[in-house]
Amino acid sequence: MDHVSWFADVGLHDRPHVGGKGGSLGELQRAGIAVPPGFVVRTAAFERFLETIEAEWPVRERIASLSADDLSAISECCAAVRGRLEGAPLPRELEEQIELAHAQLCGAQRMPVAVRSSATTEDAIDASFAGLQDTYLWVRDPGQTLQRVRACWASLYSVESVSYRRRRDLPEHGVAMAVVVQVMVDARTAGVMFTRSPTTGDRSVITVEGAWGLGSAVVGGEVTPDRWVLGKITGEITAREISDKAIHHVPAAGGGIEARPLEAALRRAPCLSDEELQTLRAIARRVERHYGCPQDIEWAIDRGSGEVLLLQSRPETVWSAKESSPVASAAQNPLTHVMSIFGGPK
Amino acid sequence: MGFPLPSSLEVIPGTERAQGAYPYTVQFGPDDDRRFWFYNSMHFPEPMSCFDMVTAEAAYCALGAANTRVHCLPTTLGIDHRIINGRVYIGGNAVTDPQQIARRTAQFQKRAFYYYENWETLYAQWKRKMLALIREAQALPQPALPEFEPLEHVHAGRGIASNHYLLETYQRTLEGYFRMWHHHFEFLLLGYGAYLTFFAFCKKAFPEIPDQTVARMVAGMEAEIFRPDEELRRLARRAVELGLDGRFTDGLPAESIIRSLEQAGPPGEEWLRELAASRDPWFNVNVGDGFYHYHRSWNDDLSMPFAGLPGYIARIKAGESLERPFEKLQAERRQLIADYRELLGSDEERAAYDQMITLAHRVFPYVEGHKFYCEHWYTNLFFNKIREFGALLAAHGFFADAEDVFHLTHYEVELAIIDLMNAWSTGSAPRGPEHWPAIVAERRAAIGEWAKHETPPALGPVPQVIDDPAIVMLWGITRESLDRWLNADADAAGNEIRGFAASSGVVEGTARVVKSVEEIGRLQPGDILVCQITNPTWAPIFQKIAAAVSDIGGSMSHAAIVAREYGLPAVVGTGTATARIRDGQRVRVDGGRGIVTLL
Repeated sequence: MDHVSWFADVGLHDRPHVGGKGGSLGELQRAGIAVPPGFVVRTAAFERFLETIEAEWPVRERIASLSADDLSAISECCAAVRGRLEGAPLPRELEEQIELAHAQLCGAQRMPVAVRSSATTEDAIDASFAGLQDTYLWVRDPGQTLQRVRACWASLYSVESVSYRRRRDLPEHGVAMAVVVQVMVDARTAGVMFTRSPTTGDRSVITVEGAWGLGSAVVGGEVTPDRWVLGKITGEITAREISDKAIHHVPAAGGGIEARPLEAALRRAPCLSDEELQTLRAIARRVERHYGCPQDIEWAIDRGSGEVLLLQSRPETVWSAKESSPVASAAQNPLTHVMSIFGGPK
Repeated sequence: MGFPLPSSLEVIPGTERAQGAYPYTVQFGPDDDRRFWFYNSMHFPEPMSCFDMVTAEAAYCALGAANTRVHCLPTTLGIDHRIINGRVYIGGNAVTDPQQIARRTAQFQKRAFYYYENWETLYAQWKRKMLALIREAQALPQPALPEFEPLEHVHAGRGIASNHYLLETYQRTLEGYFRMWHHHFEFLLLGYGAYLTFFAFCKKAFPEIPDQTVARMVAGMEAEIFRPDEELRRLARRAVELGLDGRFTDGLPAESIIRSLEQAGPPGEEWLRELAASRDPWFNVNVGDGFYHYHRSWNDDLSMPFAGLPGYIARIKAGESLERPFEKLQAERRQLIADYRELLGSDEERAAYDQMITLAHRVFPYVEGHKFYCEHWYTNLFFNKIREFGALLAAHGFFADAEDVFHLTHYEVELAIIDLMNAWSTGSAPRGPEHWPAIVAERRAAIGEWAKHETPPALGPVPQVIDDPAIVMLWGITRESLDRWLNADADAAGNEIRGFAASSGVVEGTARVVKSVEEIGRLQPGDILVCQITNPTWAPIFQKIAAAVSDIGGSMSHAAIVAREYGLPAVVGTGTATARIRDGQRVRVDGGRGIVTLL
């Protein structure tokens, strides 16, 4: 199986082949953190497919020859490329490998999956054009899954993404996309957490935000989540803001998700118990220790089992990017520290 | 918006003569309008009777000496105090001239740094000095005037009559008290300063760290303040071991229990011996902070410790171990320190953190331990000795009751003693009985009147910044707290009362507003204790309650320490809780945020 890898078999260093999301999920699983089971369709699969298309119609050459200023040419060319990526027959062995992995993953119950693009690029802006929006939830059968995988690939050739690469004159060779396919968590509650304070940068607290239902409502900003601040070490809950949560995201009957109004009794009820908050804290600490830096984490609580699962973890970037001078340094005579109190205003 | 000027503050009508009883040194004068003053509600939450003023006088005298002349704190001298309507206002004396600060800094580093470097030795010496002072106070004779000088004095050729010893004993009592306060402040500011250095570092490195978490990293486990409660647990264990547990019934007065034990044969005698061993010295703790003569000790009033025994006995019989798990607590503290250390941004910060916490740990035994010796044990001996003089004066008709002596200033007590000395020597009647009763009645009424009136939290112009380390350290007063006071009227309408977050957790329950120790019997399991001030001697009732709220105290106050020890939510230093919360009212206590909500 060179086109598909199970999470357990990949880690962060496989990022060039499985993308950031895929690498991170593999890394988490290896660190003993529960994630929804799944596999990555490796960049090699994309390359293999592109090869078959390129045999008749050189995609990369055409894109590379486009002028950054010629928006209409870009639009036209992108539409053509996407059409081929979404329409051309998949190489047989590729299709078989994905279908086989899908069958193993979903079993006889045909569990729904999430299909998510996993960009390899280090360039955050590029990544946000190509792929960030491309998460397909509650995908119900193998055929649809294959279709969503192609859609993720095709996102590399969105007008924004191509324009960006052209303006920077980035090479087309090596532009590739991995795709994550994982079992959908039927989340009772889901949200995000940061292992430092977003407001003060304090590394000793964990900020948790969550709402009822699938995490897409929180990530997409469609609901004001409940918010807690916990002492990372003490577990003490120092802030508790329970919001009025008007809607929740739930699976739609025909696949995908939909926003529904929340029943009155739940709207102002906290979506997490204190015990669950402590479980999240323990997980956050393990993840942060594993990576060695503050993290920005997406989590969900399974409706059936109550288990906490992580959907994503990435390094926190805002505060980490700030230059900061040490609060204090060791003094030759340790007693001189007291002058900060006794010595008067500096 | 600012605070009223001292000159605009009126003596409550009808109490002018009582106000006049305080000496000229503590009356507000015209110059005082230029300075900023605040009401020291932390130490003197109630109107002071004339005698209790001695505590302010002796304490500020010693505090000032330590700051101004002994350790030479660079930016602050001593603290002045004034009294109006029985309320003690205090004002700092900042040093702002850079040249003076530089001169004082050079001195400070030669003195304070020496103390820090030799802390353990000096503290061991301090304990010896303090115990010697306590022994001296205990050795003072009970004041008495025999009808005839004892024959043995005459035959021994003593040559000095008993009336003289009244004055000597009184003056030595007073002198000891003033001396005790010098001991009290010998290390105090340095100790708090080292602690605050670490505290300020933590607040910068971890802007959202709760005060109480820093306190937990520093607080000791074996401080003297825990001992009285530990003794009580030990006595509870002994009661079970000796098969006496059935005699400790909830609500039974201490005297009845003791009477029943006296009739319980050898096991009863054995337990009473154990009690006597615990009482000296560990029951020498006051149920208040020791600043008022009526904050009596466990030894003087056994109702507090005995109120705790039935609960402890029940827990022991339920199989619970009441031992404080020192090693576990120590290990938890070490882990906490290590975990926060790990979160620091660099090794450079870690090295500074190590240096600061090492110093904080070194000084903290004094910060926690001195109170037992000073504010509790010694103060208790002092007020009881004054009470003996009160009893003597009352016996000679100076006033009706021994406790009335506390309505005289300590200068006036000396005067009354000299009056009695003279009368005893001349054989005439003392003049006191015609002089004092009316005055005592007037002053007692004035205290009652003053207690009915609120007093402004501060007076005079608001300073731009408060950087006097003594005031920030001991009273927690900052520019922010002044702003909060200025806006207090706006808050009063709401249903929230704010204080220091002393011990985390959220609890709802019925408030019991307990104004004196006699009322503790009203507390039911699960009640929320609302009181002016609590201290470690209240620990026995902490096993019963669900949360504690106090008017006075900071996050390092002993109430906070005991609450954390018991894992109870607590909000301290609210200023107004006992005034604003009705007895029996439902309240929610959020100890993590320092908020009490009236439901």
